[in-house]
Amino acid sequence: MLEFLSGLNDKPFEAVAIILFGIGFTTLFLHPNLIKKIMGLNIMDTAVYLFLAAKGFIYGRKAPIVVDGVTSMEAYINPIPSGLVLTGIVVSVSVTAVMLALTVRLYRRYHTLDIDEILKIIRKEGN
Amino acid sequence: MDFIKNFPFFSIIICLVSGVLTSVLKKKAARYLTYTALFVLFVLSSLVLFYTIQTGDYYVYRMGHYFAPWGNEIRIGVLEGIFAVFFCIVMLLSIVAGEKHIDEDVESTKINLYYTLICLMMSSLLALTYTNDLFTAYVFIEINTITAACLVSVSGTGRSLYASTKYMIMSLLGSGLVLIGITLLYDVTGHLLLSNIHDSVETIMATGEYAAPMTIIIALITIGLSIKSALFPFHSWLPDAHTASTISSSAILSGLVLKGYIIVLIKFFYRSIGWENVLKTGINDVIFVFGIMAMIVASLFAIVQKDIKRMVAYSSVAQIGYIFMGLGIGNEIGVIAAIFQIFAHGVTKSMIFISIRGFKDVSEHSTRFDGIKGAALRNKVSGVAFAAGAFSMVGIPFLPGFVSKLNFAAAAGDFGGTKMIIILVALAFSTILNCIYFFNALITLYTPVVMSEEEKAKRSVKSGALYIVTVVCFILVNVFVGTFSAQILDLIESGLKMFS
Amino acid sequence: MSKIRRDYENSLWRKLVRFVYGENDSFHEKAGYDIEHPETEKRKEETFFEEVDYTKKKKESDKFFAKYSAIAEKRGEKVYNHFYKFLAAITCFSIIMILLVTVAKLPSFGNPDNPVNNEVSERYIEQGLEETGAVNIVAGMILDYRAFDTLGESHVLFIACVCVMILLRLDKETNDPEKLKALENDRDFEPKNEAILQHAAKILVPVIILFGIYIVLNGHISPGGGFAGGAIIGSGLILYLNAFGFKKTEMFFTTKTFSVVSVSSLLFYSLSKTYSFFTGANDLHSIIGPGTPGAILSAGLILPLNIAVGAVVACTMYGFYALFRKGGI
Repeated sequence: MLEFLSGLNDKPFEAVAIILFGIGFTTLFLHPNLIKKIMGLNIMDTAVYLFLAAKGFIYGRKAPIVVDGVTSMEAYINPIPSGLVLTGIVVSVSVTAVMLALTVRLYRRYHTLDIDEILKIIRKEGN
Repeated sequence: MDFIKNFPFFSIIICLVSGVLTSVLKKKAARYLTYTALFVLFVLSSLVLFYTIQTGDYYVYRMGHYFAPWGNEIRIGVLEGIFAVFFCIVMLLSIVAGEKHIDEDVESTKINLYYTLICLMMSSLLALTYTNDLFTAYVFIEINTITAACLVSVSGTGRSLYASTKYMIMSLLGSGLVLIGITLLYDVTGHLLLSNIHDSVETIMATGEYAAPMTIIIALITIGLSIKSALFPFHSWLPDAHTASTISSSAILSGLVLKGYIIVLIKFFYRSIGWENVLKTGINDVIFVFGIMAMIVASLFAIVQKDIKRMVAYSSVAQIGYIFMGLGIGNEIGVIAAIFQIFAHGVTKSMIFISIRGFKDVSEHSTRFDGIKGAALRNKVSGVAFAAGAFSMVGIPFLPGFVSKLNFAAAAGDFGGTKMIIILVALAFSTILNCIYFFNALITLYTPVVMSEEEKAKRSVKSGALYIVTVVCFILVNVFVGTFSAQILDLIESGLKMFS
Repeated sequence: MSKIRRDYENSLWRKLVRFVYGENDSFHEKAGYDIEHPETEKRKEETFFEEVDYTKKKKESDKFFAKYSAIAEKRGEKVYNHFYKFLAAITCFSIIMILLVTVAKLPSFGNPDNPVNNEVSERYIEQGLEETGAVNIVAGMILDYRAFDTLGESHVLFIACVCVMILLRLDKETNDPEKLKALENDRDFEPKNEAILQHAAKILVPVIILFGIYIVLNGHISPGGGFAGGAIIGSGLILYLNAFGFKKTEMFFTTKTFSVVSVSSLLFYSLSKTYSFFTGANDLHSIIGPGTPGAILSAGLILPLNIAVGAVVACTMYGFYALFRKGGI
């Protein structure tokens, strides 16, 4: 237990990111409201970006933009996680747009955002 | 360097470019561009396959000027070649066979966009097959997810929108787990390239420093990818998605999309973690249990369905269970059998979906069992195709399903122990269940119905020559895979050796 | 007889049963189904043998049944919701705990000796400037070293736009009543001619778009790049649209502009990357050099690629907004 807590103590950002990931994941998985599901999706993705950004950081170093021609490893933080975050953000924007479009169509058709309600209506119509 | 080595990269680019172009073309032009692109892909992939068979070794293709851990790369061996050829054939046949129905189900102004989806999906499947980089795989997994969800919802009915939303939600849960898994893996290994990850994993396993996180990472990525490929407890979206979508979409979804994720999973196991390390963590036993459960529970679900499309969809879940069961056995024959099952199920299930559309046409757009009575007599080609598919699924010789069942039994015999008994019992039980529901469907389809002239006229719809040709092609492909299974298995075995 | 019944109704056991079945006392009184009071008891006995209108009784009992079944359904839903919330909490908690245990064992935060700081990032930092010519190391990484990812990424945006188009674009010759209704309701996308908004937009929009262009063009020598700059340009276009409405926006940005710009930039992207991948893989000499680092015309393909990405992102952002708002670009 002590080991666990001290393990978390030197990784505060990662720990917060993971908690956010869990919250987002659960919201996306179990919340019946579609809009809140999409919010959960975004929380989940953002948590991963926080995690990645925390992974790239190194104490005492600067953002990876070359200043005054200094190109030594000791001057800059790790650029790779930043690039991955950039890619991830674009993917998340696209997925959010598609989900929102689906939600708009479902709302126009069934006049509710509750996915359980929609299932009930579909079952009624099916019979 | 031989010029032929460029072909895999060219095929990905051809897909991307034709996908972008179809979005501005007219309906017919987009259609022919897609057909041409897919045909060119087929030729290129076959050439690559022959080349790799001839050289007998894999090769790495650099994407850019920089070598491995710095730049991206793709890696092509025999196995990737077979996968690519298989994707091209099934995609081309499914699209061509459903041509008329795409016109019916999709809004006329948006048909070119449907072909855009197809092209980009093809590019993502090829990229997933060839890529040697985990993060590239993630990006293309997302392309695959978006296109597949949109293929489901393309007909725009309420049911299809609901199915698509459900599919999207489950897929995104899977993607989230995969993404966090990749991030954690990057954190402990410092690499994104599969081969380099493998080296780091070996040292991690040797020193045991990050052994516990490693197990969690493997579990996260495995769960994420199995949600996306509809392994048993996560299968709930699949029947909805199959029932609601247009016919080409169902065939592609069942035959290709699910398989793409499994290929990524196999690649992840073999190339980045190492099969021995996976066996050490015991993840394969978990997969095995869920695979067995899928085989039996999904078949039981299939029996009680009243709609033939839903029945076949549940049968898909069961067949996916076979694949995971094969992966979970833990010996090489099991993996080979699982890979063969990917092909067998891909060609058979897409043929069955295509044939169901033929029944739907002659049964006043009903796919319920009471509606399609005698449909196989009204549409003979579809009837033959469905019968061939059903026989293959049940396991009649000269058809692919038989060979894959035989392989699984052989793998079980090779492994021995309790697992062998479980596998053999599950195989036997699931075959019986398969028999029950497929023969039930066949009997319904071949029961003659007395109809008045008026009804007869309403129910006899001519399926076009193109449809008949593609269905015949599908049957031929199936018989080919079934009869030349020994050669295909040899290829898979040699491919698997150069895979890791 | 009635006394026994009353005692029974008041007994602790009966109360427990009522509690378990969720029969609430307040409901009882409202429903008229209750413990028979001694005063009404007599009257009921008197009318016991009178003729009864059975159909009326039946209707009443039906109503009664409906009322109770509704209560039961509500109850069930309540229990289900509680269970659902409980399940959600458990799932959330277990995922978080599993991952936290994993995180506790990961390499520590901000430590230069972590496995992620290996030869890969070393080369990006130490040789990125001369190999790619980009001062912004991240831009050099995503558009040159790992360009294949970014190629896929820009196509993700494009495919999302296509999907939204398929789902939401309202074409004129549609027969779907639901869509026709949405078309009719065009009040939503007419401008309200707000003076404050329009004046502010007149000043802000050029500045925003210029800033976006600056960020796109300086992607390789300062923070930013195609994605950030494209999003800024897109937001400028959206602001203009909100202030002045679709009619004015369509004077310079139509569906045709959208498709021409996004398709040509994506094609340019794919083809230029094909060239660079092809020359790279075949060890051919590429005519595109890195140039002088720090100059605006430097860093080889990164500047044109940034422009292409910026165009795609700007179009896509505007396209998303327009599609969601009126179902067409």
